[in-house]
Amino acid sequence: MEQQKYLNDLSEIKDLMTKSSRFISLSGLSGVLAGIYALIGAYLAYNIIYVKQNIGDDYKTIVLYELEMFQLFGIAFAVVALSILTGVFLSWKKAKRNKEKLWDHSSKRLVINFAIPLATGGFFILSLIEKESYIFVAPLTLVFYGLACVNASKYTLGAIRYLGITLIIIGLACVWNLGYGLFFWVLGFGVCHIIYGTWMYFKYDKN
Amino acid sequence: MSLIENINKAFDHRIRLGIMSILMVNEYADFNMLKELLGVTDGNLASHLKALEKVEYIAIEKLFIGRKPNTRYSTTPLGKKEFENHIKALERIIYKR
Repeated sequence: MEQQKYLNDLSEIKDLMTKSSRFISLSGLSGVLAGIYALIGAYLAYNIIYVKQNIGDDYKTIVLYELEMFQLFGIAFAVVALSILTGVFLSWKKAKRNKEKLWDHSSKRLVINFAIPLATGGFFILSLIEKESYIFVAPLTLVFYGLACVNASKYTLGAIRYLGITLIIIGLACVWNLGYGLFFWVLGFGVCHIIYGTWMYFKYDKN
Repeated sequence: MSLIENINKAFDHRIRLGIMSILMVNEYADFNMLKELLGVTDGNLASHLKALEKVEYIAIEKLFIGRKPNTRYSTTPLGKKEFENHIKALERIIYKR
């Protein structure tokens, strides 16, 4: 009798510690969908950059005109916006299922800590684009997004720490293969999101 | 040796245990955050907070956010130590005997 009571106490303590310090309603499925959007976006971008240019296998030099640049930014923006919307929507549904609020102190803390490395990288990369120095854009987006995931992992499901580390490694590998940025993007934002999203889905969502 | 000698009477209540659990992993928490997480009424929560404050396991800090008064709570070093002992005692009862 007594023992059962203490066992309940312990599990309640553990539960409250997790619930109060981490946002646990982050949806794994939204990671998978974000990866799929990224793959679609990359396919469209590939058609703009490589197919139209007809430059065969030489990826090192590409010529882009203003219209094409705008198309690429449009695709990138659509992918990011769709991913965020999906993430918010699915997390909202998951929070509702767990009878929790989507916007509380834990999700607030998660967003702030995710945004700090991401906004830093964002400003840095925008200034590179403004100076028309595009070569480091792909590796830096991967590295800063990875850092943001690692930083955010302290405030949500721990699994995104490994996603973050993987993305940092892919970003750094990209530095040694400049000019193949789109392919590293596919690997990082597409494939990794799908793999880790699936893993998180089966680990956390399915019960 | 009695197994329950380290069981702390101050924590022998669901809500007080809950308050301490939250404060152990957060630098501080305000009244509303505790209320939301524990799902209790104002009066109930206030009385348990007072009990923990009386034995000096938690510290209270009153401040203003803009013009709104805000009270936030945190554990004292004593509270942390006692809570850890309490958990150890619980684990001993459950797992060792």
